[in-house]
Amino acid sequence: MSSIGTGYDLSVTTFSPDGRVFQIEYAAKAVDNSGTVIGIKCKDGIVLGVEKLISSKMMLAGSNRRIHSVHRHSGLAVAGLAADGRQIVARAKSEATNYEKTYGEPIPVKELADRVASYVHLCTLYWWLRPFGCGVILGGYDRDGPQLYMVEPSGISYRYFGAAMGKGRQAAKTEIEKLKLSEMTCREGVIEVAKIIYGVHDEAKDKAFELELSWVCDESNRQHQKVPDDLLNEAITAAKAALEEMDAD
Amino acid sequence: MELQRSMVDGSVCMKDSAKSEISSERTLYPYVTGTSIIGMKYKDGVILASDTAGSYGSTLRYKSVERIKQVGDHTLIGASGEISDFQEIMRYLDELILYDKMWDDGNSLGPKEVHNYLNRIMYNRRNKFNPLWNSLVLGGVKKGQKYLGTVNMIGTHYEDDHLATGFGNHLARPILRSEWREDLTFEEAVKLIEKCLLVLLYRDRSSINKFQIAKITDEGTTIFPPYALKTFWGFSHFQNPSKGAAGTW
Repeated sequence: MSSIGTGYDLSVTTFSPDGRVFQIEYAAKAVDNSGTVIGIKCKDGIVLGVEKLISSKMMLAGSNRRIHSVHRHSGLAVAGLAADGRQIVARAKSEATNYEKTYGEPIPVKELADRVASYVHLCTLYWWLRPFGCGVILGGYDRDGPQLYMVEPSGISYRYFGAAMGKGRQAAKTEIEKLKLSEMTCREGVIEVAKIIYGVHDEAKDKAFELELSWVCDESNRQHQKVPDDLLNEAITAAKAALEEMDAD
Repeated sequence: MELQRSMVDGSVCMKDSAKSEISSERTLYPYVTGTSIIGMKYKDGVILASDTAGSYGSTLRYKSVERIKQVGDHTLIGASGEISDFQEIMRYLDELILYDKMWDDGNSLGPKEVHNYLNRIMYNRRNKFNPLWNSLVLGGVKKGQKYLGTVNMIGTHYEDDHLATGFGNHLARPILRSEWREDLTFEEAVKLIEKCLLVLLYRDRSSINKFQIAKITDEGTTIFPPYALKTFWGFSHFQNPSKGAAGTW
């Protein structure tokens, strides 16, 4: 599917003869080349996980956050160009606080996803703007329960039980489909996400990575926060053990 | 139309400045007001107390106004003066705390920082001749350090071991100056505060017999439900008040 756009791929405001906008597809490639990002919807909440590829040993652990809180009840995990992601997060935060200021209640996750998708789409409509080179997985918990949305650089947004973007998304999606999400609590979900990310990480191509996990669930009081350190360590240990089992086979 | 940069996330938006050119958009006098707040440090933390009255001029119109509120994990704020301006201040502070929480970096704003932020707001509003018509007491504990400060509508601010606003300055502070100690237990502190509240009840006409006490320690915040104090009106001078009066009235 490597078609060269020759001529029709110079601007995001040009369609190709077969109805494709190549600039948007190229933007999606930026997402496909980034570290894996996973989101799953469990029985009592959402778990987001990111395979944060470490480019240099000098980087301090815990810096360059890829998962951001957008409001008390929701979080955004970014795949692709990190700087583009920051812009989307800033916009989402602003939309969320604006909604609460006007309507007096926290923004429903569906509404937030709509607004983020509209904003991403906006940047695909003008020749003097370039599309965002990042996709976003948005998880939140409002009065309709936990919800998971994924927004792609084209501005498409769908609601999911489980979503993955980035390098290892095909393998991750296969793993997620095997899970019985509707019976799983977030505590168990955290372990599973860690196992999947460790599983799809390509040891040969990329050396080191840091696992970033966050959740919104009943246990966290419906607030979006980093997974507590003890659970994070438990998840990493379980994931490493599962890897060794796989290697031993 | 002018561009305005948000202080919180640096985003830029258009703002119509026509409104601020018309001089009718200013605070001239307060409408619904709260009376004194008393605050003091004690052994484990800080206590704030107030009554729950909202006066409309000389009418005691609202009898269940909560004038002490929690701000983030480490601070309590009590307000006297215009109640609607207090609600606006709470909106600013809640927004500040929300943005601080979204960093999710293990740190949170303490009472000193919140007090400083509030100072800036109050002083800048007064310089525009559009003050928030309040006197506020801020108390809190962070990492074992107790803090108690005050700020008012002209931007004057200071810290002390015990503070009060309005009538409290004249009636409660003298009692506190002679009877306050560094190592008061919670029970002793409540007794001392109740002594001050009783004097205010007898002598301040804008106060009612419905009080709220709030405490904050390193463990957390508690705002107690409102309750009433026992008063004594059986003084001999109150019996048969017109006894010595020649003539009528």
